[in-house]
Amino acid sequence: MASRPKFSVERNKQFWAYIFLAVPILFYVVIRFYPTLFAFYLSFTDWDIVSTEMNLVGLKNYRELFGDSVFWITLKNTIKYVVWGLPISLLLGFVLAYQIDRVKTGDGLYKAMYFIPYITSMVAVAWVWRWLYQPVPIGVFNNLLSSLGLPTLAFLSSKTQALPSILATTIWADLGFQMIIFLAGIKAISPSLFEAARIDGANEGQVLLRITLPQLKPTVVFLLITGTIRYLRIFTQVMNMTYQGEGGPLNSTKPLVLYIYDNAFKSFKMGYAAAMTVVLFTLILIVTLIQMVVTRDEK
Amino acid sequence: MKKSMLVVLMLLMVLPFVFAAGGQEVKADTAKQDVTEIVYWQYFYETKKDLMDKLIVMFEERNPDIKVTQQTFPYENYNTKVASSVPSGQGPNVINLFYGWLPLYIDSGYLQPLPESVFPNARIENEFFPLVEAAKFDGKYYALPTAVRSLALFWNKDLFKAAGLDPEVPPKTMDEMVAFAKKIAKTDKSGNYLQAGMSLELRGQMHHVVREVLVRQFGGTPYNADSSKVTYNSQAGYDALKWFTDLETVHKVGIPQYMTDDVTAFSAGKMGITIDGSFRLGNFNKLKDTLHYGVAELPEMNGVKSNFASFWANGITSTTQGKELEASIKFLEFLTSDEVMAMWLPAIGELPAKKALALKDEFKNDPTYGPFIRGLEYAQATKFLDENAQRMVWINAYDEVVLNGKSPKQAVDQAAAEEQKVIDAYYAK
Repeated sequence: MASRPKFSVERNKQFWAYIFLAVPILFYVVIRFYPTLFAFYLSFTDWDIVSTEMNLVGLKNYRELFGDSVFWITLKNTIKYVVWGLPISLLLGFVLAYQIDRVKTGDGLYKAMYFIPYITSMVAVAWVWRWLYQPVPIGVFNNLLSSLGLPTLAFLSSKTQALPSILATTIWADLGFQMIIFLAGIKAISPSLFEAARIDGANEGQVLLRITLPQLKPTVVFLLITGTIRYLRIFTQVMNMTYQGEGGPLNSTKPLVLYIYDNAFKSFKMGYAAAMTVVLFTLILIVTLIQMVVTRDEK
Repeated sequence: MKKSMLVVLMLLMVLPFVFAAGGQEVKADTAKQDVTEIVYWQYFYETKKDLMDKLIVMFEERNPDIKVTQQTFPYENYNTKVASSVPSGQGPNVINLFYGWLPLYIDSGYLQPLPESVFPNARIENEFFPLVEAAKFDGKYYALPTAVRSLALFWNKDLFKAAGLDPEVPPKTMDEMVAFAKKIAKTDKSGNYLQAGMSLELRGQMHHVVREVLVRQFGGTPYNADSSKVTYNSQAGYDALKWFTDLETVHKVGIPQYMTDDVTAFSAGKMGITIDGSFRLGNFNKLKDTLHYGVAELPEMNGVKSNFASFWANGITSTTQGKELEASIKFLEFLTSDEVMAMWLPAIGELPAKKALALKDEFKNDPTYGPFIRGLEYAQATKFLDENAQRMVWINAYDEVVLNGKSPKQAVDQAAAEEQKVIDAYYAK
């Protein structure tokens, strides 16, 4: 040992740590970073997947994008998914966590019940909900409405109800995740804070507003960042809940990612699709940067 | 304990490579015996795969110096699979493609023209149904089908009887079809369909019916002669969409996506009339204990008969050269022979692509295949360039009328402009 002071146990450990880390880094470079950079390049070409040549066309794809009404519709839909879906799922997730935290017996059962949808395959969830939303005589919801003598709803076949219907499914599946993270956040708050508040005679509302919520800020920021990215990339639900993934009716549910998929793998307009992924990438980047700045202030 | 687990794991990881290497060796061996190996690709459809396995055995017995390997892929992403195999240079020698995809693959140089010496244009045009011309580009044929498909009307005899109609008499005209459908459709007090009169499934085959049948029956044509211009933005097109949307809004004979789709609804005995392809006979025949149906030619209107036909065609990839090319040509000749076509019909439910064979009395007068074959004589094969996008324009046109309250004229004009954009984008390349 003394003869090789440079390779101490500590150094050796570090050396092997780097070796092991090199494998995922290599993986990321080949599988993630290279294709990402390549997508930037593709967005300036007219590649159609089957041609051997890729012609550089400059900003043509981007110009076309700005004149493409469906692109704007899908972008708007994507934003709707985020601004409507995320706050609702965060709020519900918090309410659930707050209540489960106060339950003394059977909280494990509740946690499991709310968490199971999150670990269920989204494709399976989407198909089951698609059937629930069907008109009479198949759909459970409409059969229920109809048996109560109420008018039935169009759900997925309506321009205005389809997006909220898909969003409801998404939130339902997402809730467990938000709840578990909130619950962990609540449990991590030092009990002495609550005790001190109780001694000072604070009521429940004051404890919630002055202690629980402020202490949960890092949790909320984390859920906001991951949630925004997740809702911006919404795809599986719409792909499976609308017929052959068309994102209808009249594109009213089609998110940007599904439009990218259609262009790339149904119409084979790879260059055009790549241009859209660049837009989405920029969008996610901006959102993440803003949220990172917010967290830094926190520290 | 842990170490032994690790060894097992590592073995598991290495084993596939060993087997893969073994497989390659076998290939090398057959090459030594001067056997030309060619690869055939098609999508997975059980009966098609099974029949192809049998056909390959027959072919190899007659050509001992050729070995054919069949590879199949799931239908849902077959086109994507084929397209993404192109840039990698990996792929088959002979490939089965939907005729609507041919422009993409011909344009990119993926397929080579069939040799004029073996498949002369004159003979193709003399023997095959004229719709095969959809595989002809710049005067050359790039692919040939074994079988073609057309549409026919399916009616549920039990529902006809229950509605007081003669279960053996299908509708002869479009108006009659609507009248029958109105009698069959059943709704509850709030207007929910308990039973649909007929299919309104543009997402299924009905967009073909509107495009190639109704537009023509109203006196128009959907496209110009070389299919470079949309021409259904005419009075005939407006009338066709009005007639079709009226089915839901005025006649109330059904809704789109009833019970998720028309095939499910008809299979479940909840739909009186549907229009579908010969390939659906397989599905419906499996249900023959509960589903009693008849097949008839598509109804006519204003004395005009029309039909839509489509096909999957076999072509040869450009990278196939020399001995492999010779073998591929032989295989393609075999696949387009009368013998194979006659086997294809009973096994798959697709119709022979050659006129003389299909129009034999035994096929033409068959109670189930007959209507499809008779329909072939006046069928059109739309020259699709991006089938998915071109189907969507009609689905959207329907929704614009029914959900957005636009006039059929506005909706059709918008659809025509969108479809023209798809066509222009293709020819601009």
